[in-house]
Amino acid sequence: MTVVERREIALVDLLDRLLAGGVVITGDLTLRIADVDLVRIDLNALISSVNRNVPSPFEESP
Amino acid sequence: MTGLRYVYAVCRPFGTPLQAQLTGVGGDPPRLVPHRDLVAVVSHVPEADFAEESLRAHLEDLDWLTAVARAHQGVIDALTTVTTPLPLRLGTVFRDDSGVRSMIEAREENFLRRLDRLEGRVEWGVKVFLESAPERAPEQPAPQPAAMSGRDYLRRRREQTRSREDQWQRAETFATRLHRTLAGFAEDSRLHAPQNPTLSGHRGRNVLNAAYLVPRGQSETFVEQVERTKDDSPELRVELTGPWAAYSFAGEEEAGEKTAGGEPAGGRTAEEGIA
Repeated sequence: MTVVERREIALVDLLDRLLAGGVVITGDLTLRIADVDLVRIDLNALISSVNRNVPSPFEESP
Repeated sequence: MTGLRYVYAVCRPFGTPLQAQLTGVGGDPPRLVPHRDLVAVVSHVPEADFAEESLRAHLEDLDWLTAVARAHQGVIDALTTVTTPLPLRLGTVFRDDSGVRSMIEAREENFLRRLDRLEGRVEWGVKVFLESAPERAPEQPAPQPAAMSGRDYLRRRREQTRSREDQWQRAETFATRLHRTLAGFAEDSRLHAPQNPTLSGHRGRNVLNAAYLVPRGQSETFVEQVERTKDDSPELRVELTGPWAAYSFAGEEEAGEKTAGGEPAGGRTAEEGIA
């Protein structure tokens, strides 16, 4: 077993917290990211673009 | 300056000014919107980028999302040096300052309660990866390349499969034990979904992706706990991140309970294995 302490913040760890954590404010006053959209982001944007040489199943030709 | 208000966090009033060179999302310096016993930390963002439709479109763009996430984190990070912030979900945007104040007023009790609960606490992230990459086996030169009977071949395949299953089982058992130990030490815990290998860049399989709420002063002991929960399998890798602001513990308690304190992903068999 190796234990690694990471100093620099990996984007994936950050997104775990910023897109799944934090207080969610609801109401007329806000334009918030709905949970539904988070799922969509997770599938579309994230998976497809991190490793750009891997073609995404969601990607449409530009 | 006009534009929408992007809110990073809600805090109790703090005496120390924010770092002068600190910039928020889109480069605008964050400022404070005080209201009653609370302060919202906000910056101005262009409506062209953050109105509902454009925000939704932008969130599909990883470069854009990365920039916003890093900026958001930068502000929260700066806040943690002067206070205990209650972070808001990425992309929480209001029309104007008065919208921010109304929001604070409507949720004042709730914010104060959460801030009390998080005061002086930090979040640590702990992930367990199973490093073995079974698909790479063919790269290794076979010891006896020429002569192998069909029966030997099948036996070897069975052994390989069994050893992968053993590894996976062992990883789950280890992750469950580690999570139990850490959850027992921490004040609270959350399980995040296992990370996608493509996103994380890890070859290994993510067995545990958890967050633990720990009093700042006990961080060192917490880290020691992680290191003490040893396993002699070389293919297990434990990754520690933090200290973070308590992002994973800021949300609704009702929502949190669904994921809190449970088992790591796929850990059910491991639980039985331990018992």
